Amino acid sequence: MTAPLIELHDCAVHFGATLALAPLRLQLRRGECVVLVGANGSGKTTLLRLLHGQLASRLTQGERRAAPGARGGEVAQAMVYQRPFLLRLSVWRNLKLALWLARVPRAQRDARAREALQRVGLLAQRSQAARALSVGQQQRLALARAWAVRPQLLLLDEPTANLDPAATREVESLLHDFAAAGLTVVLSTHHLGQARRLAQRVLCLDAGRVVADLPAQRFFEGPLPDAAARFVQGELP
Amino acid sequence: MNFERLLTPMLAALWLAVLPAAASAQPPHIVMASTTSTEQSGLFAHLLPAFTQASGIEVRVVALGTGQALDMARRGDADLLFVHDPAAEQKFVAEGFGLARIPVMSNDFVLIGPKADPAGLRGNDIAAALAKLAATRQAFVSRGDNSGTHSAELRLWRAAGIADPAAAVAGYKACGCGMGPALNIASSANAYVLSDRGTWLAFKNRGELALLVEGDARLFNQYAVIVVNPARHAHVKVQQAQAFADWVVSPPGQARIAGFRVGGEPLFFANAPR
Amino acid sequence: MGSFGDAVGSALQLVAAADARLLGIVALSLAVSAAACAAAALIGIPGGALLAVLRFPGRRALLLLLHTLLALPSVVVGLTVYLLLSRAGPLGAWGILFTPTAMAVAQTLLVLPLVAALTRQLVADAMHGNAEQLRSMGATPLQLAALLLLHERAALATVLLSAFGRAVSEVGAVMIVGGNIDGVTRVMTTTIALETSKGDLPLALGLGLVLLGVVACINLAIAWLRGGARRRLAFAPTA
Repeated sequence: MTAPLIELHDCAVHFGATLALAPLRLQLRRGECVVLVGANGSGKTTLLRLLHGQLASRLTQGERRAAPGARGGEVAQAMVYQRPFLLRLSVWRNLKLALWLARVPRAQRDARAREALQRVGLLAQRSQAARALSVGQQQRLALARAWAVRPQLLLLDEPTANLDPAATREVESLLHDFAAAGLTVVLSTHHLGQARRLAQRVLCLDAGRVVADLPAQRFFEGPLPDAAARFVQGELP
Repeated sequence: MNFERLLTPMLAALWLAVLPAAASAQPPHIVMASTTSTEQSGLFAHLLPAFTQASGIEVRVVALGTGQALDMARRGDADLLFVHDPAAEQKFVAEGFGLARIPVMSNDFVLIGPKADPAGLRGNDIAAALAKLAATRQAFVSRGDNSGTHSAELRLWRAAGIADPAAAVAGYKACGCGMGPALNIASSANAYVLSDRGTWLAFKNRGELALLVEGDARLFNQYAVIVVNPARHAHVKVQQAQAFADWVVSPPGQARIAGFRVGGEPLFFANAPR
Repeated sequence: MGSFGDAVGSALQLVAAADARLLGIVALSLAVSAAACAAAALIGIPGGALLAVLRFPGRRALLLLLHTLLALPSVVVGLTVYLLLSRAGPLGAWGILFTPTAMAVAQTLLVLPLVAALTRQLVADAMHGNAEQLRSMGATPLQLAALLLLHERAALATVLLSAFGRAVSEVGAVMIVGGNIDGVTRVMTTTIALETSKGDLPLALGLGLVLLGVVACINLAIAWLRGGARRRLAFAPTA
């Protein structure tokens, strides 16, 4: 039994006086594909940021532990935020800078950037201004940027929220491939259909609380705890 | 690499490199503290090139009020002085800041006022004119800046029996400014003002102003040159400064001063003692 | 109204005559202010960015000081630098009083708070919401500052332009530390002040128009350069 990648032990998060996440316990295993579902404002983004280690200052209780990484420090992670921040530079430059920030050796950067852009189908647009791309293309660029640094854990916050069905299918297909290749993926969504397609494990959140944490099959067959059931019913006609 | 992004810092670096070089690659020069009225009369543009041609030394004039000029020389920021306040000059030399006071030239002060002369001051008795002015509510602009002209003005008020013109004269306005700005104010306010003849002759914004009182012996204005004492400030270029002092009282220098005219009129009377 | 008409006529005459002395005065104005802006940029841009990105004790006090210095009158800067560079002062041995170098130093001190405060503000605004993402990608505070400066380079250009405007239009500092010496430290603004005090108002206004014209030409050149870069490299700074 390998050690979990990320472990949350009775962690609670407050933003000022507001409770964002009630104390929760979570273990993230290597190779899992976890989907967080819940209504807007239920705490999905907060949980993702907490897992990613960006909320150390907001942790009002509990402890977060991460598995060690290759060069000391934590295990390599990358997160695709809901509104990815792209610099006012070309697509290529954005990717190269991400590799620079991740301290990828200079000699490998060109090859990795090329590979990542090819994977998401943006190689032809590499000289264009990143901010001039369409929303779907920007999302794919953010995905390429995250994948290029070869993370062990990939977190995504509503990656297809602004995409049309065709673009959504492309992104889901990429995520499916990543997961199949052994990458640990955690993503949030409020589309149950997407959760069904991608998840091995589903966490349902409601008002900052984890109301269900089940293997995917078990989640979709039910029966579910009340709060989770209410959410699911609200989603399906 | 994007060249456009490099252009700005390259240009900036170029400027930074050039300026200090320009500052140090200078011909021999001395710094002379003088007064705004002397410079604005245009005398230096006429006088100094002749000296530079004769000696190869450039004279850099910093024009300030007399009080500021003397202060600057006390700090050692000037090599010599060219001012017109005998009392202050003598004090300066007595305190050991200057080598000697060398009279060079003179001109006179004149009382300027509105052409219509509502206070009826026209004439050539300055003390009587000022006494008459104090009795009216007419406006009078004073430089109020410790300059040679300001000191002279206060001296003349005392000659008219008024020790504190700011209190005694109803229309007294002290601007704390140079001769030109004071004339500007007088021009727009139709006020009376004491000016040196040189600045008045060169002044272009006269409006309704005209020359009203002149010729009184008390309106005499003496200019002198003082070399700053190297005993106080070792870096003073005493040889070059003395060269200028010697030249300006010598026949060619004095002739040059006497030859300076504005609108056909000579501005200064070269009166260095022989 | 006559004065304004005379001023325009004066300005056109000055430009047509292209008097060597006037050209020298214009060149000196530009050189001094450009050097001051360059020096202020070298210190103020990294300084302002770091002030936005780093947290350290006394940061609030430093910010308060910086914002207060924005109101520093140019004549006070001039006086302070004069007292420092005076022979009787601590740096008198440098001997740079009444030279263009002293003028550039004074103007640098004048515009440095402007560059630093504005840079800090625009980096702080850029950080809002975006700093976390860059940190998530592994950025150290220094890398964060550098990337946000790169990201906001268009706004930075405007900051430098306003610093240049502040420098080239000021008269208090250069008058005191330069001495307005004919042929050596006389710049456009001190010439305008001199002509005003000599009562030649149309000429003074005319010189003012010439100064504005020169700055307008510089701005045109910069806009053309940036437009060219945009077309060539498909950057889109405003996107």
